[in-house]
Amino acid sequence: MTAVSLGMPALPPRGFGNISATEPFPKAAHRELGNGQLRANLGHATHTIRDKRLRVVSELPDWEALRDAGSAIKTEAMSRLPELLTQFEEQFTARGGTVHWARDAAEANRIVEGLIRETGSSEVVKVKSMATQEIGLNEYLEERGISAIETDLAELIVQLGHDKPSHILVPAIHKNRTEIRDIFLKEMPGVDRSLTDEPRRLAMAARAHLRRKFLSAKVAISGANFGIAETGTLGVVESEGNGRMCLTLPETLITVMGIEKVLPRAQDLEVFMQLLPRSSTGERMNPYTSLWTGATPGDGPQNVHVVLLDNGRTRALADRHGRGALHCIRCSACMNVCPVYERTGGHAYGSTYPGPIGAILSPLLTGVEAEENSSLPYASSLCGACFDACPVKINIPEILVYLRGEDVEAKHGRGPASSGADGKSNGRRRALPTQMDVALGAASWALSSGDRLGLLEKGLPVARALAGRDGKISRLPGLAAGWTQSRDVPAPPSESFRSWWKKRAAPGEGDGAARGGAE
Amino acid sequence: MKIALFATCIVDAMYPRVAQATVQILERLGHEVVFPAGQACCGQMHLNSGYFREALPVVENHVRAFESGFNSGEYDVAVAPSGSCVASVKHQHAMVARWAVERGDKRADATLEARADAVGERTYELSQLLTDVLGVTDAAAQLGSYLPGAITYHPSCHGMRLLRLGDRPLSLLRTVEALNVVALPEADQCCGFGGTFSIKNADVSSAMLADKVENICGTGAGACAGGDVSCLMHIGGGLSREGRTTESGAPVRTVHLAEVLASTRENPLSFDGALALAGGAR
Repeated sequence: MTAVSLGMPALPPRGFGNISATEPFPKAAHRELGNGQLRANLGHATHTIRDKRLRVVSELPDWEALRDAGSAIKTEAMSRLPELLTQFEEQFTARGGTVHWARDAAEANRIVEGLIRETGSSEVVKVKSMATQEIGLNEYLEERGISAIETDLAELIVQLGHDKPSHILVPAIHKNRTEIRDIFLKEMPGVDRSLTDEPRRLAMAARAHLRRKFLSAKVAISGANFGIAETGTLGVVESEGNGRMCLTLPETLITVMGIEKVLPRAQDLEVFMQLLPRSSTGERMNPYTSLWTGATPGDGPQNVHVVLLDNGRTRALADRHGRGALHCIRCSACMNVCPVYERTGGHAYGSTYPGPIGAILSPLLTGVEAEENSSLPYASSLCGACFDACPVKINIPEILVYLRGEDVEAKHGRGPASSGADGKSNGRRRALPTQMDVALGAASWALSSGDRLGLLEKGLPVARALAGRDGKISRLPGLAAGWTQSRDVPAPPSESFRSWWKKRAAPGEGDGAARGGAE
Repeated sequence: MKIALFATCIVDAMYPRVAQATVQILERLGHEVVFPAGQACCGQMHLNSGYFREALPVVENHVRAFESGFNSGEYDVAVAPSGSCVASVKHQHAMVARWAVERGDKRADATLEARADAVGERTYELSQLLTDVLGVTDAAAQLGSYLPGAITYHPSCHGMRLLRLGDRPLSLLRTVEALNVVALPEADQCCGFGGTFSIKNADVSSAMLADKVENICGTGAGACAGGDVSCLMHIGGGLSREGRTTESGAPVRTVHLAEVLASTRENPLSFDGALALAGGAR
């Protein structure tokens, strides 16, 4: 880790776990686009949530002020992070809890396993949590003989189906009810064989299955939506009551929380409890909000732990152009409005974090120069719908563009500025120039001078001759073949505007303006 | 008022009629149009593809081409018939200038950021200039705009979300004589162009395009108007590839807002010699 000292501090360690794409986005997207059932489910689901969100957001006259407040609190928390985390640790410890610090996914998994071993249990119930998905905790425990049972209905469906979540909030958004019934019949122990695909019957089956688990489990594992530094309080926001069961029934409660989830004050919840439900489920108020502060003698879990997870967050924080991504409160509004996510679904992004936020957060956690996530920042048309929807105003399009810039620099062996002045040690081989490099390099030369562009435009009649008699070009070679796969190109004009203007301005050329739109 | 026209590279080279239409509109209102000869491109394609180094000279050229005329009083404002190019000039040029300084790029110019901001502040998108600065409220009365037929309108993302153009373009279209403006379902959904996104992620881009094409054709309008020829080239390319036609069998077109506003009774916008769009309420 200790590179030759250039007087610059080494970058904080990169994150690991389920935050890396396993194949380039365009390839994964191509496959997912071919799944008609997925497209239909996603289109229906995202549009429904989108409309609901718009309705409840438009009810609040101070919505924009709330977004500003949320953004300001997150900015404050990130700029005071070391101090707030220390304060949180003091308060949590003073109230009977134990704080653990995990540098990365592996360390967090080991800590959680150790804590479970101490209880002697081999079965734990889980509250839906992004942080534990991110570190691959379930798989890690499974390999070591500990079964972790997801208790959120959609997570349960995904887990029983040996599948991966495709959405932060509605992890089984890609499954319809018939598929869910089939999974239950196949994988749920003791399920009623006459189960239909009626939603109520499906829910009742899951409920019966989960009740048995809640009543027997000695250990629960959760994530956290918030950690209040002032009081050492943790908070989980959920809709089904399964979280409340997990957080109150077992003896031992282990929470894995990303360090960016800390908030300075209890009062800050006022803002986030308005922003979060409206942005995520389109509800005015969240159904089950559980807050706990250490251990309360004789009431609820007596053995209370929190694992504070870095896993690349400090690294993202060190990136002054990317750090805004850490403000994310995991509401999923950005993916619900994203036209790309709507068509590809979450699996195409590879990471635990899909959609627009995933396209910036995953590369920031793994280090922007990491090759495996390098296609994610391009998975956007930069339409900006995500920025408009984000309750904490993360400028996702701007960060996407910034990350594209970092990717191009890394690809050309230039390295991110933050890695030091030598520009070499970014761990990526210098790639050969691509067609895109050559095309954009040439375009830069041509488009940085009016004279040069004017000269090139003299060739328009030649290009025009390439078009068919119908005045369109239907097939182009190389990079441009991506364009003509679904789009024609019109025949170029015989003369550029620049040239027309010059003639019009020259004396004796007649009144060009009167010719109107003629070419 | 003296107005500098920023034609944009794609209009200059591929759609000169859109710049010609812009000139006509402004001259009809009695303003003087200047075309700064050094202009070429806003650099957005490079920027949004992450090629900041290659964008820098393009951005520098744009700032250089426009600032002298502002400084000398040769013109008061600049206008471009494009929401996304104007958004780039307003929001991205200063960013690239900062980037070059931060990176210690040897071509970095510490004055560029402020100069880019100065140019950006005085640069307007066409509907913005017409509505906010030139006071156009009735296209038929003030510009003589006339186009028989039915049209729908796609608000391109950068105009809508980065410039917050709101209903300016639609309000102008609604005051064109004989024109029936039909609402486009899911209008605020991106058409899928996205610059090099349309090539790098061609499959997703095409899937987005397919839905936009369906929505446009569902309106029955003879054309889809817009404020960005790049998006229009993408949408029009899809309509053309699929051979989409109106009920009367005419191809469904894309057309720039400037072309619609420039169309008059005496010199109406024509397609292949046909004067009217399909689906007209005339």
